Amino acid sequence: MTKNPFSLEGKTILITGASSGIGQGCALMAAQMGAKVIVCGRNEERLKETISQMQGEGHSTFAGELTDQSVIEKLVAEIPSLNGVVFSAGISMTAPFTFSTREKFNKVFDVNFFSPIEILRLLVKKKKLANEASVVFISSVGGNFGFSVGNGIYGASKAALNSMSRLCSLELAPKKIRVNSICPGMVVTPLVEGFSENITQEDIQKDMDFYPLKRYGKPEDIAGGVVYLLSDAASWVTGQAICIDGGITAY
Amino acid sequence: MKTLDEFVALFAEQLDETDPSTVTAGTKFRELDEWSSLLALTLISMIDEEFDVVLKGDDVKNSETIEDVYNIVVSKI
Repeated sequence: MTKNPFSLEGKTILITGASSGIGQGCALMAAQMGAKVIVCGRNEERLKETISQMQGEGHSTFAGELTDQSVIEKLVAEIPSLNGVVFSAGISMTAPFTFSTREKFNKVFDVNFFSPIEILRLLVKKKKLANEASVVFISSVGGNFGFSVGNGIYGASKAALNSMSRLCSLELAPKKIRVNSICPGMVVTPLVEGFSENITQEDIQKDMDFYPLKRYGKPEDIAGGVVYLLSDAASWVTGQAICIDGGITAY
Repeated sequence: MKTLDEFVALFAEQLDETDPSTVTAGTKFRELDEWSSLLALTLISMIDEEFDVVLKGDDVKNSETIEDVYNIVVSKI
């Protein structure tokens, strides 16, 4: 029997931000599809909790603050050769433009942009990505495909990520490494609870009703796209920013 | 700690179309013509910057007057 092209069997995948939200959803689904997953986050206990929910054997954890250069270097030195990486660690920020200080930009860009880009740079430089590896950035519809007031810093960090993702797809193509980003609409996660603190329940209901599919996303809605990009089924897909968003950018 | 009057002045600074001299502690701010979700976010950001207090959207929605907001801020300091 030929191998299921959507299977991740035999692949080792690194996932950042894996202790909650979209990253955790990706870890669960990647494991379900047969991958060995290295789950990355700040808290070892929470990572172990994620692993306890995952199918299969051979998963491992890496706990550390991935905005810290020495931690990034340690991660890259310790991990085995990877067939895929999912960058899902991220933070939110709501601030109108007039309150968008350099300090806030720095805080968000450190986590959402500089950290994943530096990890990828070192993974490539230290030859930790196997032939035909797949890199997936969890981005957002915000910043490139949708704009909402108060969302400038977060959107800019994700637009920067989409830009580098596309650039890397070209520069890493000779190594047969594919690089794509997934741009979710609103997904119910701890990160989005950060956004929604600033708005009312009424606003949230109104926003949800605006989605053609009439609901916010679930982590597994995004994980399905991520697993596809990690799999051999996506062998000819690179340089794309794929919106998974309940149709919100279809308007 | 800023006084109620200073808070009212800070609030008035965020407005574009309302004459600041008409803004008082008793102003029902959500009834202002220019009130919007952006102004609500601006108010929350101003309070974060000036008082180091983070209000929730519902704190603003459940307040009627500027003084109501001030009292919530004071209670969270």
